[in-house]
Amino acid sequence: MGGVHPHDNKISRECPIQPLPIAPTVYISVAQHIGAPSVPCVAVGDKVKVGQVIAEPGGFVSAFIHSSVSGTVKSIGPRPDLAGRPSTHIEIAVEGDEWLEGIDTTDTLITTLPEDNKATIEKIRLGGVVGLGGATFPTHVKLSPPPGSKCERVIINGCECEPYLTSDFRTLLEKGEQVVVGAAILRKVMGDVPCTIAIEENKPEAIAHIKEVIAKLGYQGIEVMSMKMRYPQGGEKQLIDAVMHRQVGSGALPISVGAVVQNVATALAVYDAVQKNKPIVDNSVTVTGECFPKQANLLVRVGTPLSYIIDYLGGVPADAAKIISGGPMMGRAVSNLDAATVKGTGALLFLTEAQTRRAPESNCIRCGKCAEACPMGLEPFLLVRLARNKDVEALEANAAQDCIECGCCLYSCPAHIQLLDSIRLGKGSVLGAIRARAAAAKAAAEAAKK
Amino acid sequence: MSKLLVSPSPHIHSKDSTKSLMRDVVIALIPAVICSVVFYGWQELLVLCVSVASCVLLEWAITKYLLKQPSTIADYSAVITGILLALNVPYTTPWWVIFIGAVVAIGVAKMTFGGIGQNIWNPALVGRVFLLVSFPTYMTTWNHPQGLFGADAISGPTPLGAIQEGLMQGSTIQELTSAYDYKSLLFANLGGSAGEVCALALLAGFVYLCCRRVIKPWITLSIFATVALTSLIFWSIDPSRFTDPLFNLLTGGLILGACFMATDYVTSPMSLWGGVVFGVGIGFLTMMIRYFGSYPEGVSFAILIMNSVVPLLNMWFKQKKFGRK
Amino acid sequence: MTSTIIWTIAVVTVLGLVLALVLYLVAQKFKVEEDPRIDEVEKAMPGANCGGCGFAGCRAFAEAAVKAPNLDNNFCPVGGNDTMAKVAAILGYEVKAKAPEVAVIRCNGTCEARPRVNDYDGYASCQVKATLYTGDTGCPFGCLGCGDCVNACQFGALSMDPATGLPVVDQEKCTACGACVKACPKLLIELRPKGPRGMRMFVSCVNKDKGPVAKKACANACIGCGICAKTCTHDAIVVENNVAYIDPAKCKLCRECEAMCPTNAIHGVNFPKPLDKDAVKTRIKERQQKAAEAAAAAKAVKEEKKDE
Repeated sequence: MGGVHPHDNKISRECPIQPLPIAPTVYISVAQHIGAPSVPCVAVGDKVKVGQVIAEPGGFVSAFIHSSVSGTVKSIGPRPDLAGRPSTHIEIAVEGDEWLEGIDTTDTLITTLPEDNKATIEKIRLGGVVGLGGATFPTHVKLSPPPGSKCERVIINGCECEPYLTSDFRTLLEKGEQVVVGAAILRKVMGDVPCTIAIEENKPEAIAHIKEVIAKLGYQGIEVMSMKMRYPQGGEKQLIDAVMHRQVGSGALPISVGAVVQNVATALAVYDAVQKNKPIVDNSVTVTGECFPKQANLLVRVGTPLSYIIDYLGGVPADAAKIISGGPMMGRAVSNLDAATVKGTGALLFLTEAQTRRAPESNCIRCGKCAEACPMGLEPFLLVRLARNKDVEALEANAAQDCIECGCCLYSCPAHIQLLDSIRLGKGSVLGAIRARAAAAKAAAEAAKK
Repeated sequence: MSKLLVSPSPHIHSKDSTKSLMRDVVIALIPAVICSVVFYGWQELLVLCVSVASCVLLEWAITKYLLKQPSTIADYSAVITGILLALNVPYTTPWWVIFIGAVVAIGVAKMTFGGIGQNIWNPALVGRVFLLVSFPTYMTTWNHPQGLFGADAISGPTPLGAIQEGLMQGSTIQELTSAYDYKSLLFANLGGSAGEVCALALLAGFVYLCCRRVIKPWITLSIFATVALTSLIFWSIDPSRFTDPLFNLLTGGLILGACFMATDYVTSPMSLWGGVVFGVGIGFLTMMIRYFGSYPEGVSFAILIMNSVVPLLNMWFKQKKFGRK
Repeated sequence: MTSTIIWTIAVVTVLGLVLALVLYLVAQKFKVEEDPRIDEVEKAMPGANCGGCGFAGCRAFAEAAVKAPNLDNNFCPVGGNDTMAKVAAILGYEVKAKAPEVAVIRCNGTCEARPRVNDYDGYASCQVKATLYTGDTGCPFGCLGCGDCVNACQFGALSMDPATGLPVVDQEKCTACGACVKACPKLLIELRPKGPRGMRMFVSCVNKDKGPVAKKACANACIGCGICAKTCTHDAIVVENNVAYIDPAKCKLCRECEAMCPTNAIHGVNFPKPLDKDAVKTRIKERQQKAAEAAAAAKAVKEEKKDE
């Protein structure tokens, strides 16, 4: 259902992942995952090593945060993020590159899977593993389904359907074995369920390589599935529908149809955390764009300032008009180049004015292309009108809360109406109204008890 | 370096624009326009030019002087209305009648509703029907085409008109249709509006639009299917009173209406099933008017009537939402 | 011919009478019994249905007013004291006159004073812009300039000034209904008392960053220096979170704070004479000198007494 077909522009697909030299100072945010921000557990002046815990989970849905460098803690305080909003960052002045004892930094592949599932999940939790597909949801929570739900399949998302992004592709090619072991760990932990590694058909080398790796390593129950090229094929709900032919209901979680979806990079992080005791301290970032001369896939330590990465690769090109953290469809435009990377940073994209400047809005011609493009089957032409008139009841009746904010509607509108900008607000109001109703119902129930 | 652009996602856009879509429709109409000029000669060219020029001029003048907004003529929609209006009227229509048609089409049917995207009824059809009702003589005098280099004109009715007259005079359908053969209807240079002739050129344009993904074929196919089915039923019951399916598919403004007017974005339903029901309604109403109404041609009225129902169809037939029943 | 006319008139007349009778009977049968005072109160309302009173329109206000035991919680800002007096008369209640209020825009970050640092290319709505990031200037608190407030105003009292990029309030048209206050995602707009003959003072900044940071982003920012609070002899100014706020209840419109403010962040509007800053500063200096001399004299007397 729905979807659009932008040109995939995978111009950096031949660039192998190279480690970026460590910046002189890193700024590690304590709010880089879904859920409660973590609580710093170091103090100014402390010496830290790579992989050392510097912030502890701030609630059940939260994650450990580890130092990505070795050095001295210089400050803990507010610093503007990508969007210019201040959030707590731990500033560390880098000294050397000393890793915490116990972390296996060798390249040896460890293929024996641990027996104890509970211990495995705890290792994943201690490794600060969060969903690296962009959502940064704490993985150990996803792997602990609520009582009554059962996982029937683990899906490893190697679609990378956003144009320009190639870090997952390179990870599949260069660290395919680790990814497959990570997938094996995940399927074991969820109850030895079948596992599908889904890769879009524009990555035939990756598909072939992973098939070889699975055969070589001899794991049972893991298969590769070639997916039709389409954005947003890699969207969690869309992927589950394509692989398992089940649609996750509105407001429900994937586990309700028996699916657990993890990104390729998350599977790699699971391998590192479980087999190598290595927490998340770095991630692959694609730096790309036609106007950017030195495209690259870099392995970047968490907390590296974006300006450092850009300067290393030659600086901002003169004709770059917009810098995006992420892909062109769902990434966030950067207004503050001093912001630091977080675990979820996957790409830095440079677009020219011609590629990105929006055209002025004109009248809706009721062509229906937005509804045709919507992967959730919604009617953006209607939702935008309701959102701009602030009709929250009608927005809820027309399922605005189901919007996954993929951007297909705005992308396809011939009248250049800025659909998603307004629908996003409408979705927010509906979710707010739903939460308020739930809170009122809860309060009424408790009052009735008394 | 100049200031960075910042906006919410997405940050790229497809190549489509209102202008590019409308331009494709104009391109799809070119074969039919060429055909009509070749069949009907310089007078048809004059009709086309007056119609298009009037529509564009009126839209420009209304947006600039009445609404005091930037002009919208660059999106080609006025050009399309002009072409469609011209293809719907006899080539002998005086220029001032066409101008009045343009005033109604653009001024009343389109701009009073708020411009492109806001109108309920197809502007070209509203203009045409207004002219039909106000200037019946001009609008029902169909001269046989004299071609680009032709001889004297002979006036006579369109095939549908001839059938209706003939029926009233007591002839049977078999007697009347023997005067025509299907080949000539398809490549017709019989009397009729330019939109009635050269079905092949129109169908070629329709196929072009489908291939370019400008329109979806289901509305048009639904109309053809319904017309064929309805006339099949009636014709098998009484072939002496009702014309056969192929005749109905090829005559009148059906092909022009089904391919270019019913598929107009603004006035047609948004969903697949809404479009199918829309097409069924148009096909059925066309046949009812042709068989039992006092007008020989029913497509224009059928489309306008179904245009009124479109908001209801949009409410009843919505596409299935992901994850919901 | 005549018979046609007569028949036509007769038929139409009879039809009209029959329909009128039907309508009358239906109106009687389906009549909703309501307190007749609701209609009277509704007639006295301005009829703007703006929601400024907190109810869903003038009729809803009337219904609530009739049901309420007093008019303490029911005030119509659009109709003001005149309307409330009428409503009170109809219902036999007492109502206190409220000081008329007006919307005040607490930002003076003009295009000149507060340069743009990036180019916003999204939908022109302050709410969208505020959700996305801290804005296209260096000040994360200031006006975003897309005009959500202008769109929210049902009385045409707000407009964007293209020269400054800021909204402007037409104090004659403003009814203090509060729609703009709700619409502004940066909470810049405040309803403040109009003041005697329209004169009022306010701090035109809400920037909570430290002084140097705020000043770097905007030349007209309040830097939280506190000079205004120290100068004010009526205890009307509080400096909290690096920004000053004038309490309209205590302000006596002396304009001394306005004279002393180093960044011109304090504004006085509708004063008949322009502010002569030097004169005011001199006056303040003399007063402070006298106070210092008096304090010194008092201290000397105290010392003498101690010696004795």
